Amino acid sequence: MTRTLKCHVGIGAAVEGEALVANDNFSARYDLDRLKGVFSRPQHALCGQSYVDKILVLNTAKGGVATAWMLHEMKSRDMAPLAILFNRTNTILAQGAALASITMCDRFDDGDVTTLIKSGDRLRVDPIAGLVDIL
Amino acid sequence: MNLDSNCQSMLAGEQGKARQWALEHQIQIGRLFDAEDMVPVSQAHMMADPESLGECGVALFEKFAALDAHERDLRVPLITDPRGVDLECYRPLGQTEEMAGLERRFIAAASELGIVLTNTCINYQTILPPAYAEHVAFGDTGVVIYSNSVCGARSNFEGGPSALAAALSGYTPRYGFHLDQVRRATRRFIVEFQPGTLTDWGILGAVIGKRCGSYWEVPLVEGIKMPATSDALKHFGAAMASYGSTALFHLVGVTPECRVIDSVLPENESSLPVDTITADDCQELQGGFAEEDAAIDVVVFAAPQLSLLEMQQVANLCKGRQRHSDTDMYVCTSQAVYTDALAAGFVDSIETFGGKVLRGTCFYQQYAAEIREANGWSTLLSNSTKIVNILGGYGYRPLLASMEDCIDAAVVGRLRS
Repeated sequence: MTRTLKCHVGIGAAVEGEALVANDNFSARYDLDRLKGVFSRPQHALCGQSYVDKILVLNTAKGGVATAWMLHEMKSRDMAPLAILFNRTNTILAQGAALASITMCDRFDDGDVTTLIKSGDRLRVDPIAGLVDIL
Repeated sequence: MNLDSNCQSMLAGEQGKARQWALEHQIQIGRLFDAEDMVPVSQAHMMADPESLGECGVALFEKFAALDAHERDLRVPLITDPRGVDLECYRPLGQTEEMAGLERRFIAAASELGIVLTNTCINYQTILPPAYAEHVAFGDTGVVIYSNSVCGARSNFEGGPSALAAALSGYTPRYGFHLDQVRRATRRFIVEFQPGTLTDWGILGAVIGKRCGSYWEVPLVEGIKMPATSDALKHFGAAMASYGSTALFHLVGVTPECRVIDSVLPENESSLPVDTITADDCQELQGGFAEEDAAIDVVVFAAPQLSLLEMQQVANLCKGRQRHSDTDMYVCTSQAVYTDALAAGFVDSIETFGGKVLRGTCFYQQYAAEIREANGWSTLLSNSTKIVNILGGYGYRPLLASMEDCIDAAVVGRLRS
């Protein structure tokens, strides 16, 4: 049965894909091997896992400004996540998502999105409506 | 969003394609963060190193540079964060012609666009510090947190695309730290640890940043009795921003919005969580970057770039000593500081020691993984609490020590406890 989560209006186009979830934070510079398409920071909860074409579900954005360019560069090589859902985003991830045309939403009405969604769940994200369906 | 007639005209494409792109980009961000309108900004600072930009990012600048000048002339000055390649010293570092080529293409396009290549993350110390309450569009988290907190200026973290958009339009969406209510404290920290070295200041900033853990938290910090110099607050803020995505702190009696505590407390101050930070908390953070008698492959002073006075401190510690042959040493500063440091003899002292001073770059923005592999480095030692947080993801084993201990380690090739 489909469950629908309400969130703030986001960025990008509606997409459908598989969730990769962790109660951890995100920075493209700090956490990723962008050439291999995997999380590479040893302390990250998703270390070793591929993020390519996944809908990342994470707590918040952290660290520096580089991610604003890096999402665009990753997308140009087809090595980007399909979408990113946060409990709360920061400005850099929003700016990066806008430049790269990567779907991004945050601020979910029902609480902690990293517990509402599980890795492997099939999701449909509609950022214009501010809705995420768990299919 | 409410757009004035000028913004509406830019959005409609009446003032050129680049400005139309800028408004379209900014409106997406403004809507997400519930901005009611746009606020004029006086200057912008852009992070755009070639590793982050990639070929497609450089191509974006070239596309704009190819437009007629009236379609893309900058409405406010735009300066740059550190570059990724020091074109005077990239082969010895193991950087490739491809990397240098991408850097040259960016420099050419940026120059054509009228971007001033200051290549610095310490513009608040060396170029043009923003004034109190000045609305700016700054990139580099260290630049933003210092400008917001120490100068009392108003900026969000503006990633490269948004800093470029702000320079093209002359505006940025009015949300976040442009608003009075967002600048009030959300957390209160009583500090029992008294920072002595710049590294201590960084560690303290990191502990506070980690506990805040969100761009939207604003820490109010009390209890620091040590003199809060510009370099101390630089390391404090840069680490806080790195570990916590924090963009503003208030230091009681020091930062201009917090001469007295009441001026930054929210209306319902009883809701403000209070934390104590002890020496043990700081030791615990440093313990994550410590190792007994570790062999050091490379010592790095960077992140943020060194001020002239930090250059002097490093130079004085190097005098009459020699770097160990198994331990490399790099020092990153801006072109402006380099010129003064050269005249003062600091560069000579550092390079006679066996270190290398890089101009207009910052180590972690220089294809850090590729140069690690090219030089066979693994264990890196720095006095920057920020840089050790970043470089783990690039495959380094980062260790943290004071500037004095870093130079001692460069001499003997090992970090002695």
